[in-house]
Amino acid sequence: MQDLDRIRRQLIWSRLISAIEEQAQTVMRTAFSQSVRECGDLSAGVFNRRGEMIAQAVTGTPGHVNAMAICVRHFVDRFPIDTMRPGDVFCTNDPWLSVGHYHDVTVVTPAFYKGRAVGLLANTCHIVDMGGRGLGPDARQVYEEGINIPIMHLAREGRINEDLMGILRTNVRNAGDMEGDFYAMMNCNDDGARRLAAMLEEFGLADIEAIGDTIMAQSRKRVEAAIADIPDGVYEHVSELDGFEAPIRIRCRLTVAGSAMAIDYSGSSPASPYGINVVSNFCLAYTVFGVNCIIAPNIPCNAGSIGVVQVSAPAGCILNVQRPMPVSARHVIGQMLPDVVFGCLAQAIPDRVPAEGAGAMWNPMLRGGRMAVDPAVAAQAEEPGPDYDVILFNTGGTGGRPTMDGLTTTAFPSGVRTPPVEAVEARFPVIIWRKEFREDSGGAGLYRGGLGQVLEIGGAGDAPFTVAAMFDRTWRAAEGRHGGRDGKAGVVCTTSGDILKSKGRQTIGSGERLVLELPGGGGYGPPADRDPQRVRDDVIDGLVSVDSARQDYGVELTPELDVDLARTQQRRQDIRKAGE
Amino acid sequence: MTATSGMGRLGIDIGGTFTDIALELGGERFTSKVLTTGNRPVDACLVGLRRVMQASGAAPADIAVVIHGTTLATNAIIERQGAVTALVTTRGFRDTIEIGTEGRPEQYDINILKPLPLVPRRRRFTVAERLDSKGNVLLALDEAGLEDLLPHLDASGAEALAIGFINAYVNADHERRARRFFRRRRPHWSISISSDVSPEFREFERFSTTCANAYLQPLMSRYLAAFEGELRALGYACPLLLMLSSGGLTSVDTARDFPVRLIESGPAGGAIFAGGIARRIGLAGAISFDMGGTTAKICMLDGGTAQTSRRFEVGRVYRFRKDSGLPIRIPVIDMVEIGAGGGSIAHVDELDRLAVGPRSAGADPGPACYRRGGRDFTVTDANLLMGRIDPLGFAGGAIRLSMEAAQRAVNEGVGLALGLDEAVAAFGTTEVVCENMASATRVHAIESGKNANDRAMIAFGGAAPLHVCQLADKLGVNRIIIPQDAGVGSAVGFLRAPISYELVQTVYESLDAFDYRRANRICAGMEAAARRHVEVGAGRRANLTVRRKAYMRYAGQGHEIAVSVPVERFDAGASGMLQALFDREYRKVFGRNVGGVAGGEIVSWSVDVASEPFCEPAAAPFLPPDGEPSMRQVFDTASRQLLSFAVVARHRLAPGCTLPGPAIIHEAETSIVVSSAFAARVLAHGDIELQRMAAR
Repeated sequence: MQDLDRIRRQLIWSRLISAIEEQAQTVMRTAFSQSVRECGDLSAGVFNRRGEMIAQAVTGTPGHVNAMAICVRHFVDRFPIDTMRPGDVFCTNDPWLSVGHYHDVTVVTPAFYKGRAVGLLANTCHIVDMGGRGLGPDARQVYEEGINIPIMHLAREGRINEDLMGILRTNVRNAGDMEGDFYAMMNCNDDGARRLAAMLEEFGLADIEAIGDTIMAQSRKRVEAAIADIPDGVYEHVSELDGFEAPIRIRCRLTVAGSAMAIDYSGSSPASPYGINVVSNFCLAYTVFGVNCIIAPNIPCNAGSIGVVQVSAPAGCILNVQRPMPVSARHVIGQMLPDVVFGCLAQAIPDRVPAEGAGAMWNPMLRGGRMAVDPAVAAQAEEPGPDYDVILFNTGGTGGRPTMDGLTTTAFPSGVRTPPVEAVEARFPVIIWRKEFREDSGGAGLYRGGLGQVLEIGGAGDAPFTVAAMFDRTWRAAEGRHGGRDGKAGVVCTTSGDILKSKGRQTIGSGERLVLELPGGGGYGPPADRDPQRVRDDVIDGLVSVDSARQDYGVELTPELDVDLARTQQRRQDIRKAGE
Repeated sequence: MTATSGMGRLGIDIGGTFTDIALELGGERFTSKVLTTGNRPVDACLVGLRRVMQASGAAPADIAVVIHGTTLATNAIIERQGAVTALVTTRGFRDTIEIGTEGRPEQYDINILKPLPLVPRRRRFTVAERLDSKGNVLLALDEAGLEDLLPHLDASGAEALAIGFINAYVNADHERRARRFFRRRRPHWSISISSDVSPEFREFERFSTTCANAYLQPLMSRYLAAFEGELRALGYACPLLLMLSSGGLTSVDTARDFPVRLIESGPAGGAIFAGGIARRIGLAGAISFDMGGTTAKICMLDGGTAQTSRRFEVGRVYRFRKDSGLPIRIPVIDMVEIGAGGGSIAHVDELDRLAVGPRSAGADPGPACYRRGGRDFTVTDANLLMGRIDPLGFAGGAIRLSMEAAQRAVNEGVGLALGLDEAVAAFGTTEVVCENMASATRVHAIESGKNANDRAMIAFGGAAPLHVCQLADKLGVNRIIIPQDAGVGSAVGFLRAPISYELVQTVYESLDAFDYRRANRICAGMEAAARRHVEVGAGRRANLTVRRKAYMRYAGQGHEIAVSVPVERFDAGASGMLQALFDREYRKVFGRNVGGVAGGEIVSWSVDVASEPFCEPAAAPFLPPDGEPSMRQVFDTASRQLLSFAVVARHRLAPGCTLPGPAIIHEAETSIVVSSAFAARVLAHGDIELQRMAAR
């Protein structure tokens, strides 16, 4: 019978994950803003009475999930769970309590069973506009970045908090979408709460405390075992990033001792005066993601598996920024953290860690209309066009992997998807003239880095617009690993050749187009070890140029693009000799 | 056979493993099941055909129609056996079909795979042209540029060409002109254009679908010509119709133009089969549950109509995960397919949990108990150990199953590692596979705004009747139907399908400024086009039903929902009527409206034209009972203990018979396991109904 209980516990665990996946699907189906419905910029989880995450949806993006996992405890601190009533819904977007900038709103709903609060459902979604300057790195203080919602009631016993809604409606650019998204987030938690109650009924449980403890303990144990497999030691790595006004240094010190791991960011740059700073929640989220995807990719995400690795950063540094510093574009730094962690892990377990990738997504926030662009440009333009705000999600290449090429134009570490060009153009007055692979951008290697892409964006009717640039790896490229070459760094410019800054809002004049060349991933292993036929295939497909095949891979091709084996062998010998 | 001359209907389903044939003639049904012949699928088909014709005593002249479905199209994509295909697209968008969504099917695994596009980069070409989202020309089509592409296209060796331009779903002019150009210059190429194949917005899905169509066209044309030729040579002069992924039937000509619509036509037949059963029994809501050797397919049915969708993925390369296959955007029966079947392998995961699938031992080497070289512990082995399968009676006695081999496999595979005894490990394996199916069913239900637990379940396919009580417990389902001829469900389903064609076209319409004249014009055009496809098979005088749907959402919202709208002409009051229909449907799906925030908008129109579905023949005859049933020890999942099960043969259960669980009802291709929570009753047509004894 004890054996049967084990099977049963396992089934309950699966059931929780499935219930929460249903919740995530509901919010994706009902959300208004494109970022949630087409791009999946969201997360959902179920929490025990103490606010510890027991299970999360498979759908979602790591920065949200792991940060939300920590955030829900603050709700329980503020409103003890037994004071919550059926129909109550709570929310916050406080960057320091939740997911690191105002756009990510977390909604928490208590689940009731037989009159008692048995747990909490939470989800976080990216809301396109929360007032202020809008998404972008230009603010000097968080107050400029939008409106802050402290942890408070979104609904009381089923009635919407109209005071809150009234304030929000008058502070954001697109109140309809914002309000629709809030409804979708409430709906999806309700759905999760219903599923949870049905599950308790079916399995004859009073709550999820005991099963949750088992889940967390089992997950924790497996992550600890995975850490124990890593040789003890202190591994240090320093990465340099573009930053806003000055380069940013991230110093990471990863210590493994038995089944414990600690990661400390002392020695990293201080907070930037601009909005690319990371709060500690968000720093922890992507740091732990970086560790877990290498050592424990199949362990479900919950408070147990997230809680093993100890993460610290000195208060006031760019990875533990303090109020009221600006934080809006924190993803450009935060999404680089997995690569930083990989730099440490690659010293400890060299054959399990990929090369660096493009890291942070390139998400141009475009704004049009007379009030958006430079007044001088607006005055010149015949027709400055309607007011609009749109964000696009685009990816570069991931790093070459220990047994495979990196992935071309694929999000990592973010889990967000790109919206279709036709969906964007149907809704917003922009024309995307080009969105295709960027040749030669993947770092050469035994396993090539994934390629980045090139985008060319104009205003409809050649209208001027502005871009809030928040792009990185334009100065420092993604590094190769174990002899692999670096990927190509990114470029931000216009069709007429003007180089733009990688951070900050800038105007693209009438008839001009914004050009984004996204970074490629670094290569893994020596390029001269790559199968010449695969290099040839890459040349035929236009992923690698004939020049690069020769220079980087030592592959000589005939005019018909066949491999010239004799000359290739000779050239590779020369390359290896030069390398010795 | 004079009385029935020219009345017979023949269904032929060529699947990956088996070819199923069903003939209905003079109120009787004859079926056969033979192994599919890989290289020449027609061969197996002819063998099966001979069998049913002999059994029925019919002649080719007795057959009024042959209805055919095949996995050939699906397999050609999964195994990459299609034509060398090139793509011509808008300059700047050479890589749309490979860039895809830029997402990952799984967040934590750094070693994920993404599907390779059907057209590699070396055969993707671009031409200067550009339309905006209203269909205005921003850049005229560069016809000289097309001329310049010819030598490159020739050198690429392409025999099929896909043409897909950005925003062509609103204005097909550039695509049509490009097609005209290439048709003139290279008449031997098969050419598919995106505005014809899938005129909906979202360029990645539309181009991917268009490439799949071009990729399949040469192969399917040849196959269809050969298949039709064989039938004619044997004296079948009747029309040949093809099963579509949407569950409708179409002519050979339409199938040749749009072979992409033949993908997944076999499983669609299964859903139509279930739909026929649901209509006959009068089930308002049902779930069709089709479980075979490798996968399980689940579909929601309302009023006997299978739920449809406009998108699915073929050839998923990563654990059957969403976003790991090629998207195909066409009208399709909406099914969820997961890696759960009799051959699914049980193993211990990294958290020391029992896990099952998606890897499958398939038919070769098969489960350990087959003793054909397979050592992995599978779901079939678990069923054998639980006593649910008779080792001597499996597949009609064709394969003798080895209990010892199953015992060895369970211990080596999971039992020893987890410290579970054989019985618990076997039970646990079936529990996990059922839980996986239950989760998939629930998520699928929620994705379509439905509930699973207030529905009856219709179970067919070799493995479904073994597990259906256990799955029903998890879903809270209280009523189960196991139809007659469950083993050849798809082929029988073909015979129930209407001749139909559905068109979907993206046209943005805000209800605030609804242009009813334009809507009338578009819907009338779509209806005329759909009628042309249907009349080829059904005849010009056929009694056709037209259904119209608007895909609607709140202005700015994400997913659109399908709203059935009247087929009458719209007038000035249409906008209010559409808003009301949308509000009602939205409430039904999501529980509450988003009142006062935004008005509705239409994203796409869908028009479906269909003939009437065909009725069932009378029931098969039954043999009288032959004394007391035998008894067998079987692990009962409802009470979680070994119980004595009564064992009876299905063909000895006449309509009206009842049999309380625990019991096993065996037939040639499968066994129905009736747990102690259910009681069986034979319905008028020979279908078996299981009803929960004490509904919870």
